[in-house]
Amino acid sequence: MTNSMDRRSFLKKSAACAGLMLAVSLSGFPPILAAEKRTDTGNNQWIPNAWLRMTPDGVVTVLINKSELGQGTWTGLAMLVADQLDMDWKDVRVEASPVRDEYKDPIFGMQLTGGSTGIRNMYDTMSKAGAAAREMLISAAASEWKVPIGECLAQKGNVTHQKTGKTLSYRQLCSQAAKVPVPQNPPLKPRDQFQFIGKNMPRLDMFDKVNGKPVFGVDVFVPGMLYSSIERPPAYGAKLVSFDKAAAEKVPGVQKVFTVPEGVAVVATNIESAWKGRKALNAKWDLGSMPDLNDTSLQRIFMDHMRKKGLVTKNVGDVEQAFKKASQRMMSVYSAPYVAHAAFEPQNCTADVRPDSCEIWCPTQAQTSALNVAMKETGLPADKITIHTTMLGGGFGGKVEVKVVEEAVMISRTVGKPVKHIWSRKEDFNNDCFRPGSLHMIEGGLDDKGVPVLWRHKVVVSPIMERLLPAMVKGGIDPTAVDGIANMDYSMPNLYVEYVKLDLPIPVGFWRSVGNSSNTFVVESFIDEMAHGAGKDPLEFRLNMLKENPRAAGVLKKVADAGGWSNPAPKDIGRGIAVRFSYGSYVAQMAEVSVDKKTGVIKVHRMVSAIDPGQVVNPDSVLAQIEGATIMAISVALKERVSFKNGGVATSSFSDYPILTMSEIPRIEGHIITNNEKIGGVGEPCVPPVAPAIANAVFAATGLRLRSLPMTADKVRSAFKAKA
Amino acid sequence: MMIELLVNGKKHQVDVDPDSNLLWVIREHLKLVGTKYGCGEGACGSCTVHLDGEPTRSCQLTVKDAQGKAITTIEGIPEDHPVKEAWIAEQTSQCGYCQPGQIMQAVALLARNPKPSDQQIVDSMDGLLCRCGTYPRIIKAIRKAAGKGGSR
Repeated sequence: MTNSMDRRSFLKKSAACAGLMLAVSLSGFPPILAAEKRTDTGNNQWIPNAWLRMTPDGVVTVLINKSELGQGTWTGLAMLVADQLDMDWKDVRVEASPVRDEYKDPIFGMQLTGGSTGIRNMYDTMSKAGAAAREMLISAAASEWKVPIGECLAQKGNVTHQKTGKTLSYRQLCSQAAKVPVPQNPPLKPRDQFQFIGKNMPRLDMFDKVNGKPVFGVDVFVPGMLYSSIERPPAYGAKLVSFDKAAAEKVPGVQKVFTVPEGVAVVATNIESAWKGRKALNAKWDLGSMPDLNDTSLQRIFMDHMRKKGLVTKNVGDVEQAFKKASQRMMSVYSAPYVAHAAFEPQNCTADVRPDSCEIWCPTQAQTSALNVAMKETGLPADKITIHTTMLGGGFGGKVEVKVVEEAVMISRTVGKPVKHIWSRKEDFNNDCFRPGSLHMIEGGLDDKGVPVLWRHKVVVSPIMERLLPAMVKGGIDPTAVDGIANMDYSMPNLYVEYVKLDLPIPVGFWRSVGNSSNTFVVESFIDEMAHGAGKDPLEFRLNMLKENPRAAGVLKKVADAGGWSNPAPKDIGRGIAVRFSYGSYVAQMAEVSVDKKTGVIKVHRMVSAIDPGQVVNPDSVLAQIEGATIMAISVALKERVSFKNGGVATSSFSDYPILTMSEIPRIEGHIITNNEKIGGVGEPCVPPVAPAIANAVFAATGLRLRSLPMTADKVRSAFKAKA
Repeated sequence: MMIELLVNGKKHQVDVDPDSNLLWVIREHLKLVGTKYGCGEGACGSCTVHLDGEPTRSCQLTVKDAQGKAITTIEGIPEDHPVKEAWIAEQTSQCGYCQPGQIMQAVALLARNPKPSDQQIVDSMDGLLCRCGTYPRIIKAIRKAAGKGGSR
């Protein structure tokens, strides 16, 4: 009874207080908390700033501008707010923020989840948002008790006056806090007072995820919505020659059939009818822009480009002279294939375009890009477009692409009704913007003591940034082409890196760790070749080249110690090691593998991983990323390769693009090193050193040097034959 | 045409073509969206439901096939089921998209074999793919659920 009385009077009070909102200005970094008038929130909530709101039950909802695609960013970012706000964890909730200017990433200047930046780019903003709210609550309590602010302390959802022991809960203080001026520079709690950061906190999305409750993009329902699908060209650049519109319209459930720039859109009352309608179209296409594109021709194209002159992206010392002087010279050719994202939730988007408004629900990593294509497609200004970020069923960089949003908006605008637009698995494979394939030629040299003195590297690869972030391309050099090569972690007195740009109709994009993933395979494999050429232990050889790079050396030593590198490997097991700094974090991987000489199958038994991201918010989430990234990277190292034929993509499903299964995973041991360095990313950096650690382990086990990904059983068998 | 489906103990009348795919009817007509479309060809397991207790890829069935059988989806497994609780305890899910299918397979495994060996766990789960790489935690969660009487 008392409770309900309290609640009623509180509701009255807090209704009066609703109306304050802060936005975090983007004009500088660290962010400035600026007051912004808001007419009425209408829901008895206190909204101390753009990043959180408190309801009368004391529950704080943190608004997250980063997409949750499995990496745990929602929980991590909420921990930053909750820690500074001195909350009780049970009162913390999260939801996707709206898509608006105040939610742009302060470093990127756009709303985007990529580059393993979720926590590190938002760390200051979220901490300040929590601290500002805490200071306002303390200030409200101090004036209620008429005591100095300095005598009051916020703790687990309450403010306490330390001298008298008087306590008021946040919910009791909410209405008064709303009247307090917004502190522009709230003090941040020091690290030794953190109650959540650095501890394993349970993920806020876990309960829903085991109960089938989160709303992914495909789970959106809008009243009166239809379903749509586009019949697309089977080859890159192919133009529509003919199609049977009437036949498609006869399919039960099909509502509308019309041409769109790429092909023919079929809109129906359910997705199966839309797909049947597409089949009934019996669409005919011309041969496209490159009809002879296939796996064999692609190899030839790469080799032809290797003979071309490229752009010099790095030229340190004098490679020519060093090459002449070297007492031992070596040369190798490496290659990596095109690889698909294959996120389990295929690309999809639901759009409701009206004459004067547009509402979009999509599982996107790139909200600002989604907004831009919607503005372009509808002609509406940004304030007439509402974008809801749903939960994402995986992304891995693939969901920065917004083609599916453009299509959904275009189709909804044309039919004048909301549409749920879902790519089939085949469409998702056929229209993916892949990790680019690449071909590498490397020459290296050692002096008479076996110390590496030169590295000459030529890479043939297609650019990514030219399409996605053209401002990043300087002097024609796409940084992703040479990431991990030109900026390798080792000291190399003479280094020459050349990039030959490959223009092909195959679209390429950001794939978990981008250029680092294939380039690190190449660099860390060739380093291993040099170590063996010098007759040195691969770990010692690396450490000698990392005297200027103690954190890279640190993660290597960690996996070597934890993995027992100095002890003899178990029978028939080979050990390999590799390291890479990317996205602000250092990662080393040690692999233990065996190779079946008859079948050629490589079995990875054990991976020992160490990451040094400087600081850690949620250690268990970091461990989950070590496990997940390592497994995905093993999958790519051993199995994955997109295939092309007749000018288009041949790969169409998991049956012709197998990924790693449960029976193929090794034991994974993850280690986290923390220190006082700047916080780094964790979603991507564990990927790059996995493939070379495995390749180096295969060499240790068999003497076979595998220089072409994926390391499939047939390649191993041919290598054994060639060796014999 | 009206088709009667028995889902999570409730009878539903749905007006669909009898050859409609069970997965899409469960998702888009009954709005039980925990069951997911992953590949449409039975190769990934994200659409796994129980048909009379047997784990089944719903994308490979028509509603006609499922008529008269007891269909259970992720929404029909109690929130306090040992498998779901173990999944939370091990912080298993990452993106979460394939997880309902994984959980349905695990629930069926433990119903049949309350104390599976690690090899039996892997044998039963191997056809269910996860792109995030949650396999190690899935194994731990199933072991944990088995220890707590996961057969319930």
